[in-house]
Parts: sequence; C-alpha cells; structure tokens
Amino acid sequence: MNDTTLQNFQTQQDSSTASEEAVRHYSDAPTPDKGQPVTRNESVEENLSVRVRDLSLWYGEHQALNDISIDIFANTVTALIGPSGCGKSTFLRCLNRMNDLISSVRIKGLVEMDGHDVNARGMDEVALRRRVGMVFQKPNPFPKSIYENVAYAPRMHDMVSRKTDQDELVERALRDAGLWNEVKDKLHEPGTSLSGGQQQRLCIARAIAVQPDIILMDEPTSALDPISTATIEDLMDKLKKDFTIVTVTHNMQQAARVADYTAFFHLGDMIEYNATKQMFANPHTKKAEDYITGRYG
Amino acid sequence: MSQSFEEISAQLKKRHRRSARMKWMTLGALILSAAFLVVFISDMVVRGWPAFQQAQIQVEVSYDEQSQKLPLAAVDEDVRPLISRGFFRPLPRKMEDNPALMDTTQTQWVIADSRVDQYLKGNEDRLRPADKETLENLVEEGRADLKFNTTFFTTGDSKMPEMAGIASAAIGTVMTMLVTMAVCFPIGVMTAVYLEEFAPDNKLTQIIEININNLAAVPSILFGLLGLAVYISFFGVPRSSPLVGGLTLALMTLPVIIISTRAALRSVPDSIRHAAFGVGCSRWQVVRDHVLPVSLPGILTGSIIGLAQAMGETAPLIIVGMVAFIPDASLSITGASTVMPAQIFTWASEPNSAFAEKTAGGILVLLAVLIFLNALAVWLRNKFERRW
Repeated sequence: MNDTTLQNFQTQQDSSTASEEAVRHYSDAPTPDKGQPVTRNESVEENLSVRVRDLSLWYGEHQALNDISIDIFANTVTALIGPSGCGKSTFLRCLNRMNDLISSVRIKGLVEMDGHDVNARGMDEVALRRRVGMVFQKPNPFPKSIYENVAYAPRMHDMVSRKTDQDELVERALRDAGLWNEVKDKLHEPGTSLSGGQQQRLCIARAIAVQPDIILMDEPTSALDPISTATIEDLMDKLKKDFTIVTVTHNMQQAARVADYTAFFHLGDMIEYNATKQMFANPHTKKAEDYITGRYG
Repeated sequence: MSQSFEEISAQLKKRHRRSARMKWMTLGALILSAAFLVVFISDMVVRGWPAFQQAQIQVEVSYDEQSQKLPLAAVDEDVRPLISRGFFRPLPRKMEDNPALMDTTQTQWVIADSRVDQYLKGNEDRLRPADKETLENLVEEGRADLKFNTTFFTTGDSKMPEMAGIASAAIGTVMTMLVTMAVCFPIGVMTAVYLEEFAPDNKLTQIIEININNLAAVPSILFGLLGLAVYISFFGVPRSSPLVGGLTLALMTLPVIIISTRAALRSVPDSIRHAAFGVGCSRWQVVRDHVLPVSLPGILTGSIIGLAQAMGETAPLIIVGMVAFIPDASLSITGASTVMPAQIFTWASEPNSAFAEKTAGGILVLLAVLIFLNALAVWLRNKFERRW
C-alpha cells in the first residue's frame, strides 16, 4: 500500500472497490511516505471530526461533486482551494446541509460526523447546524443590534436562561472573536453599523456563541481589506484550539498561512488532499502544482 | 485609425438632441398628469366646499304645549317655510326628554331649509317671493347666515339635503374595512409567506402564482357577484351588512396583499436567511425573527394601499346591497349599512342641486381619508425601515 500514489487516488473515482481501498487507506494508520494522499501533521493532536466518503452532488442534471472522500480532523484548519466553480463551496455546504435550501440538489454518499450520517433521514438539519456553524463570504450580520446578533442563537437554542448568563455569553463570544474591545460601548447599535472586517468578526462571534464543533468559513476574507484579513486569519489560528475550522479560500497565501491541511478541488473532483506544508512544498499532482504556482486557474 | 474629437462630436450631436427631446417629453408627461390632478382636486374643492357650510336662521323657538302637539307652531308663521322640517320633527321628543325646556322661549340658530341654503349660496332660486323677502330681511338683521355644517359630519343620509350627512357611511366604511382587514391581512400575509418561504418551486405553485396575479386584475364587480352567491345565498350572511361587504372586499384585496407581501419578502436579501439557517434556525424561526421584521414596512405599505383601494370600491358593494338609504348608523357588523363611496353614488343620482354639493363634499372627505391612509403607509414604511 505504501506505493499507492495519486494514480490510485484518481482511479478510485471510477471504481468503488478502489475507493474503498483508498478510504481504508487514509483512515487507517498513515505512513510517512509522501506518496500518501494524506500525510498527517504530527504537530497537532488529531481526532477525526468529519468523515466524507464518495460524496457526489448534482444540481439538477449537472454533477457538481464527483465521489469526494476526505477526512477532516478535529481542531485543525482545513482549507479548500481551487478555481471558481470547482465545487469547494458546494462541498463546504454539504457539511451543514445548506444545500438543502436548493430544491434541485441531489446528494449521494456519506458525510459522517460523530458516528451519524448527516444526510440520514433521522438527522435534523437544525440540530446539525447547531453543531456546525457557518461564516459566509459577505459579512451578513442580522439587521439587529450587535448584542442581539450574538445573543439570538443561544437564546433560540435555550442555552441561556438568565439575562446575566446571556450577557456573559455575549461577552465571551465577542472576546473570542476579538471584537469585544471595539464594541463593548456600543452593544446596542446595529450590527450593520460596523466596518466590514468588524462585521465579519461579529459573524464569527455569532457562530461561536452556540459553541459548535465545526465552523465552516466560505471565503470569509474575500470581501475584506488586507488588515482585516490578517485579523481574521489570526483569529482562525486561535479558534482552532476550540473548534474545527473548514475554510474555502481563493487566496493561496492564506491557505498556506492558516491551514493545517489543504484540499485542492478541480471541476468537482478533489484532486489532492494533503498537509498544507506538503501541498505547497511538494504537490503530488500536476494540476495542484500548476494551480498553486499560479500557472492555472 | 481612431476618430478625431470633431468627428465624434458631430455624431454625438444627434444623440444628445434625442436625449434632450426625450427629457422634455417625459417632463411633459409629468406636467400633464400633475395638471390633471390639480384640476380634479381643485374642481372637487370648489364644488364640495359649499357642502361644509349650511344656512342657519336665528329664530325664537317657543316650547309649549301647542308646539308639542304641532311642532310647526314653535316658530313664527312667516319664518316657518324657511326652516328645515328636520328641525321641527324631533321637537316633541326633545321637550319630553328635557322637561326644563317646557314653557320657555329660546332664541337659537336652527337649520334652514335647503332652498334657503341654495339661495344664499347663489345656486338656485326656488323660494316664493314672500319667503324671499322675509329671508332678505333676516339676512340684513344678521339673523340668517351660512355657518359651518356640523350636521354633515354627524348624521346619516336623509331625503332632506340639509339634514343629510356622511357620518353613518363613514361608520359603515370603518366597520367594513375592519372586517376586510381582519380577514385578508392574516390570510394574505400567510399565503405569501407560504408561497415565498415554504413552498417548493414546482408546477403547482407556479400555477397558483399565475392565478393570484390574474385575480388582482379581475373586474371588481365579479367579486360582488361571488360575494352575493357565496356569502349571501349560500352562507346566509345578512345582506347590506358590513360583514358581507367586508368579506367581499377581502376577496378583492387578497391578491393585492399577497402580491405586495411576496414582493416585500423577496426583497429581503438571501444572505439574511442564510445567516439565520446557519445558526440553526428552523424555517419558521427564519421567517418570524428575520425575514418578517425586515419586510414589515413593505407588507404594511402594500396592505394599506390594498385597503385604500378597497375603501374606494363601489361596484361589488352594489351587488351585495350596501348602496342603500341608511339614515342611522348601525354599530353592528350584521346591521344594514352603507359606505362612503356608496353614499356618494347615492347622492350623485339625486337631481337636487343641494345633493350635488353633498356629492362633492363626500368625495372630499373620502379623498382626505385616503390621503391620510397613504400618509400612514409612508410613515410606517419610514418608521420600520431597517438598513443592512
């Protein structure tokens, strides 16, 4: 198995037995061989957070994801990169079933979290989203006060009963999102009155306020200036202590800076998934290499 | 080889001329429509203003046994024909209710007959010469004059123009509108919420959508026929009542409210819905806590405009019997009642010139209420408007 290389990884998309093999291949003990599709990063403690197997997704007749298999490890930052339209955002939205909102979507395959198939009939998507928070590309605070933006979801989920608990929770979430000092004197002003970068951190505070396991970030910094981007990147680094972060980014440097693992998507296929260092220093596939070095996409 | 500025300018001249021409044409259209409006409103004000004035005559009224038996005897014989019969009729009862009045003589301003009213306003002269002379004398003495017409705002319809008022029609309008609003606001908003937020996008919902849009264009008199057939004939709702009128108008207003509510819901950016779903809201929580608060101004504006439209509606109400002679306002939603546009319609068919000014006066009151409702819509929109 040690000499299984990316050819194996690519062929798995055609044959289910090969994919079975590949599955075992990266969930079982990995070898340090650089031919491995996934090289585990020894510096972080790794527990499996989400296991995805043979995930395919169709928008009507158009297939947007082809047999994606990936393991996402707890308390890491995983970056999904790839050219526009490659399916990385679609994949991200599979993790909290946001694709359910689009009626023409059809999904096949396994997305397993905590031993449960999230697409199973018995899985309530509201419960899932309680554990898998999301931050969007464009900052989208609720048209309510800063305080209400953070307090709304915990209150809705009955996480707080008393006003003081709620105040505490709001403060903690805003502190964790690095926003507290900037907004503590204007908690009751509209969330939309903040700057773009602050709004995005407010959205992060809103997501972590319900204490999810995973936070999905869909190009969280693409609408922000470089300084705000740096702030958010620092924040992601801090937040991975408590949360598992999966982020989509167009910015290769950002993936290199913040991610422990990087997955490269292309036209609905996952071409390569690897530790970020490995991916950027020595990509196994021509496509990934071309993309990373800027010759492609 | 690129073109020089001169060449380009030469071509542009024609385009600029066309722009200028279009600008003047569009401005002309605006001025024309504004002029129509000004002419219409000023004509109504000129015609309707006299309805807010009423001739009154100062006379000595003697409350005694004789006038209790024969009310006409309460005032001097020579001024009797100048005074409205509407003043004499309730006299005996007034004395019964108020025994202190008995055997006193009071000098008071009383409502004049409509012929006096019209004569003083310079409209028509149907007075007998002798009465005219008496009147001229009274005017000279300052005992006959045009005063503010409170009767118009406090009474219902009457066959005596000087006693006819808009009050019972206004009460009928209020009650009819309450019924309409109570029925079509919740149903309309909920229908729109279902179609916009819950319904799958399939053939069935598309067909429903097309039908609702078409319903908004159905001539209103058909809704009257439907109201007659369904509410009165089938369900046995009392005819002429605010209940049946309100329900009929609700049928007519429903599509307007559904369409405007859907437009308001659709204008809420999806990013807000996604944010709400992202923190684990159920569909209803997304709608209740995020979408509805943001779209409320639009929903209210659309609903108020729909109601204002229903308020000015006459045709369907003719069918359900609300165009009726209603002297006394009924405060029950099942009692016989009329509405303001129907009252105007009734007055408009009277040949008497005194009723012609009532017609215009009624239109002014209706317009004032409609302007008030529209102002309310604007105010609500500004008050609840949120930015994101």
